[in-house]
Amino acid sequence: MNHAQTYAVWLMIGVIVVLATAGDVFMAAAMRQIGDFDEIRAHSGMTGAILAVIGNGRFLLGLLCMTFSFFSLLFALSWADVSLVAPAAAALTFVTNAFAAKWILKENVDRRRWLAAVFVCSGVFFLAR
Amino acid sequence: MTFRRYMVLIAVMVTAAFGDTFLSAGMREVGPVSIHHLSTLFVALKIPWVLAGIALLTVFFASYLAALSWADLTFVLPATSFGYVIIALLSRFWLHETITPARWIGILLITLGVGFVTRGPSYTQSAAKVSAIEQAADSATYPDASQPAKERSA
Repeated sequence: MNHAQTYAVWLMIGVIVVLATAGDVFMAAAMRQIGDFDEIRAHSGMTGAILAVIGNGRFLLGLLCMTFSFFSLLFALSWADVSLVAPAAAALTFVTNAFAAKWILKENVDRRRWLAAVFVCSGVFFLAR
Repeated sequence: MTFRRYMVLIAVMVTAAFGDTFLSAGMREVGPVSIHHLSTLFVALKIPWVLAGIALLTVFFASYLAALSWADLTFVLPATSFGYVIIALLSRFWLHETITPARWIGILLITLGVGFVTRGPSYTQSAAKVSAIEQAADSATYPDASQPAKERSA
């Protein structure tokens, strides 16, 4: 793989990470807004629960980001090894998600969760070796 | 965390791991996709491995959404990463592949990460919700809410 190809692969990984993070954040925000899925299902049945989810704007935005992320992943997988693209994208997404969860979703990302993100991120890199 | 919720997290882990593997096997059959022929990606939708991968990832998606409705993103994501460990163990004990020491270290690190996060609380309550819960607990303890706090504590 030459320099241009390496640059292109990491650019693709960057695009996947940004889209996946945006998708995860929108999805988490949507589900937080909707509330406990099990409770909604108990009240309104499965159809009501599904309608509550697919009628949520944040969910639809998240779905759009995830769809683009999925096709970016497929595109990247057709060019580069899955052993590089999938773990690299997943590991980097853990870190960007931790930041996004803290600053956008206002989650309580305490020391335990930062440690978990760092451990999982490092673990994924070791697995990819 | 109830038994059912742990089952949902396990479904997230297993379906994501197998879904990604099936998808990867399918894309190997397609070969490299040119940026000028992106429509080839739709051809991939006819390959059984890709279809099976998409079916599993659909189940993953439903379980993932259910988990996000009662747990934080920073709780669900590390927990789901255990899927990588499942794949590595399957490849070692089912496919009899060799796992290098570096990969065992990776498995250990992910397991530790998952252990850290699952020992903590799964959900961050918003300030408004916390005060509502405290108020409810308070009124349950002191049914006469009109009574001043000082008198109640006395």
